[in-house]
Amino acid sequence: MIKHDVLIVGAGLAGMRAALEVCKELDVGLLTKVYPSRSHSGAAQGGIAAALGNSEEDSWEEHMFDTVKGGDYLSDQDAVEEYVKAAPRIIYELEHMGCAFSRTEDGKIAQRSFGGHSKPRACFSADRTGHAILHALHEQVLKNAKSIKIYSEWYMHQLVIEEGRCSGVVVSDIRTGEVEVIHAKAVIFATGGYGRVFKITTNAFASTADGAMAAFHAGIPLEDPEFVQFHPSGLYRQGILFSEAARGEGGYLLNGNGDRFMEQYAPSRMELAPRDIVARAEQSEIDAGRGVNGEACIHLDLRHLGEARIMERLPQIRQLGIDFIGVDCVKDPLPIQPSAHYSMGGIPTDMHGQVVIDGDGTPMEGFFAAGECACVSVHGANRLGTNSLLEATVFGERTGRSALEYAKNAEFGKINESHEKARVLNQIEEIFQRDGSESYNDIRNEMKEVMMDKCGVFRDADNLKSCVAAIQGLKERCKKGKVTDKGQLFNTEVYEIIELGNMLEMAEIIATAALARQESRGGHYRTDFPKRDDQEFLKHTLVYPKNGELELKHRPVVITRYQPKERTY
Amino acid sequence: MAKFRIKRYNPEKQADAYYEEYDYDFPEGATLLDCLNHIKWNMDGTLTYRMSCRSAICGSCGMKGNGHALLACQRQAAHLLKDGSDTITIEPLGNMPVIKDLVTDFQQFWDKVDQVKPYLKTKDKPPEKEREQSPHEFRKIDEATTCIMCGACYSDCNVLEVDKNFLGPAALAKAQRFVGDSRDQATRERIKELSKPGGMWDCTHCGECVERCPKPAEPFYRIKELMAVGLKEGVTNNVGARHALSFVKSVKHSGRLNENKIPVESMGYFNIKGLLDLVPVGLRMLLKMKIPPIIHKPVDDVKDVQRIFEEFGE
Ligand SMILES: Cc1cc2nc3c(=O)[nH]c(=O)nc-3n(C[C@H](O)[C@H](O)[C@H](O)COP(=O)(O)OP(=O)(O)OC[C@H]3O[C@@H](n4cnc5c(N)ncnc54)[C@H](O)[C@@H]3O)c2cc1C
Ligand code: SF4
Ligand code: SF4
Ligand code: FES
Repeated sequence: MIKHDVLIVGAGLAGMRAALEVCKELDVGLLTKVYPSRSHSGAAQGGIAAALGNSEEDSWEEHMFDTVKGGDYLSDQDAVEEYVKAAPRIIYELEHMGCAFSRTEDGKIAQRSFGGHSKPRACFSADRTGHAILHALHEQVLKNAKSIKIYSEWYMHQLVIEEGRCSGVVVSDIRTGEVEVIHAKAVIFATGGYGRVFKITTNAFASTADGAMAAFHAGIPLEDPEFVQFHPSGLYRQGILFSEAARGEGGYLLNGNGDRFMEQYAPSRMELAPRDIVARAEQSEIDAGRGVNGEACIHLDLRHLGEARIMERLPQIRQLGIDFIGVDCVKDPLPIQPSAHYSMGGIPTDMHGQVVIDGDGTPMEGFFAAGECACVSVHGANRLGTNSLLEATVFGERTGRSALEYAKNAEFGKINESHEKARVLNQIEEIFQRDGSESYNDIRNEMKEVMMDKCGVFRDADNLKSCVAAIQGLKERCKKGKVTDKGQLFNTEVYEIIELGNMLEMAEIIATAALARQESRGGHYRTDFPKRDDQEFLKHTLVYPKNGELELKHRPVVITRYQPKERTY
Repeated sequence: MAKFRIKRYNPEKQADAYYEEYDYDFPEGATLLDCLNHIKWNMDGTLTYRMSCRSAICGSCGMKGNGHALLACQRQAAHLLKDGSDTITIEPLGNMPVIKDLVTDFQQFWDKVDQVKPYLKTKDKPPEKEREQSPHEFRKIDEATTCIMCGACYSDCNVLEVDKNFLGPAALAKAQRFVGDSRDQATRERIKELSKPGGMWDCTHCGECVERCPKPAEPFYRIKELMAVGLKEGVTNNVGARHALSFVKSVKHSGRLNENKIPVESMGYFNIKGLLDLVPVGLRMLLKMKIPPIIHKPVDDVKDVQRIFEEFGE
């Protein structure tokens, strides 16, 4: 059995930042199903928020207010306060580690505007901010190789909970297919989001809900899963992201008539209104037949920015357009549509990254979570752009420290190795034994389609009910699939089937929670309940597993400084 | 209808690699990765490759298309069907052991990245806020920091084919990312390391890595920048001779365009341009007698080379 003081699953920004904290005193295992530098954090383009005040005066209070308002007052304000206060220090630390930031003329970290932020507070590295931070953290992890052991291309299957405490995980080496148990005093999940559940998404193929589902299978609830963010500018039909930075730098959104339609929806912030509002505006235009050429897309127009500025600030976006659709944004507008982008919900934690299992904040000892897979909740019902890289880094650090403190004073918990291994081996064996004629590809496509159509930007009771029913049907069909690759060696087919199983369960959880929330708030919009309802729904959802069914409970929202107000832009 | 001729290898089943063909009439706009996914998900679930971001940023999907390394997610399949051919040949990256089908073992690649001490080295305590760095200084590391560690350059580097000890283009580009960083305080130490056998001077300036790099990192240009720093820093002792030798070698190399493996119109041109930047530094060093004379006897038949040296004969 492999042993580490602390085992971290996920090596994106959250996982690596946590590892750098834990390794100061203890030994760390850092496990990831793709090589660390291939984690999805690297795809983040636009920026990371902090009230540095480098280009305009700014304060943590303003950052906090923007975040809470952006989240439609569902954020836990005690956590938001800690988070925005830590932001400047976290950015300076990244800079000290060597992260390459774009600079102002006087050598400071440059900052630009982003949707929902009242001040230019996005620190950036051209349009590859996530990439720059991911590599800077990876460099530090390599530097600390003595105390951080990386398990690249290992897959985490399940969490081991014994006697009310987490004592490790069951994993497999993708290269050899070998199943192993890792014994740890503390486990941190930093497994990222689950946008792959939807047809059109900006997320990588690896963003499949594995972490959330492993926690759920261990009896831990998921918080606020109904809140999924749709990004206004995913490439038409594909979802490949064109960063909001394109609008931050001054890009226009045009409908099929060539109108800047945001005038109708958010006259004061126009294209830089928060994402939920812009995505709904786009979808409304498309649904009203005002898409470009009547199709399900609208135009992102950057031509007026000029080639020089595009090349300096948005070079990668230009290249993406050229490579993927042959459109050069210097000369032509880019076709875009709303695309599933970010999961506000996830594994419930307190503001120290400690996983909690109910509305009273009861901790699951030895188990921590950070980054997109966690729900702290700082983003509430809608995350502002550039606040997520910040969340992954701030809470990566905090959670690392909590796990470190916990593990320093803890013994290794109990683990029944052969029993735990057998559970995973049986699951894999069951997949090998399936001998039906269903195509996993069809099932995956149908899931993505139905989630996009019925549980997307606009939702209502009828659609959500038929969505849940459809997903349940797909889960049944999934048992009648068939695997062609029966080998042990680098069997990506089997892992894709396991991921599909996780996504189907996640899809059902999202749709079920969306059906129960009979109001519209942030990223969750019900056409049959178009108003926010603070009386009934100013509370977090908790979804529990219960005898194969789902049970919904709630967790109170922490409100400190800012009382809920109507949200207009 | 296009034929995808894919190199397959699965040691669990069969010791030798073989080619398998799949017919797929791909839709307009499909990337090579879209095609592979279609094949895997509809025709043959055993086909194995890496992928994640499908937007050319994670570096997972490096492989060879028609003999050259590329990112499958970045390349339109139609662009690989040149000259009326109906076949696209897909193979794993070169210069690395193959694990299964298109999945290669990156261990050596990463070991070499490790070797260049790929992290910022500073002596001074950082200030309370950010260290200052001007936009101009940022631009010196702008390109190198775009590297996504995809291994495309490593796969096709000609030196690595014959010398496994060569650090290779990606690790050297990573080295330039720190040597060029105004915040790094280990330049000399790094340059000394990079001047050892297997280091930057073993690059033959073929430029292949620039052609293959899917990002602006373009390692050969970074290597050239490293060399310039090496000459400026005067890292000589026994490597001085190596400098000069490799200078002559590379000038001759790119001078004799016909012998170059690379098409004249693309890389040959770039090579000369690249060398032009280096030559003045070299000549200045030469005048100060810091390194042995670059040219002992006239190089015949290489007009380009003569012209270069004439232009800079101070
Ligand atoms: C295209 C795009 C652009 C974005 N741009 C921005 C931006 O500009 N600003 C901003 O603030 N936010 C942005 N975001 C959001 C932000 O990038 C993410 O929320 C954040 O990076 C998540 O980081 P993470 O560390 O939580 O997870 P990730 O970086 O997604 O890492 C997840 C890790 O978990 C591992 N993992 C998952 N499952 C398993 C398993 N079963 N076994 C083993 N390992 C596993 C993965 O291998 C990976 O290492 C963007 C998101 C996308 C998709
Ligand atoms: S230029 Fe140098 S590093 Fe690049 S491929 Fe040629 S020999 Fe290799
Ligand atoms: S230098 Fe270019 S080709 Fe080489 S690993 Fe980096 S991105 Fe890939
Ligand atoms: S899949 Fe990420 S680079 Fe191609």
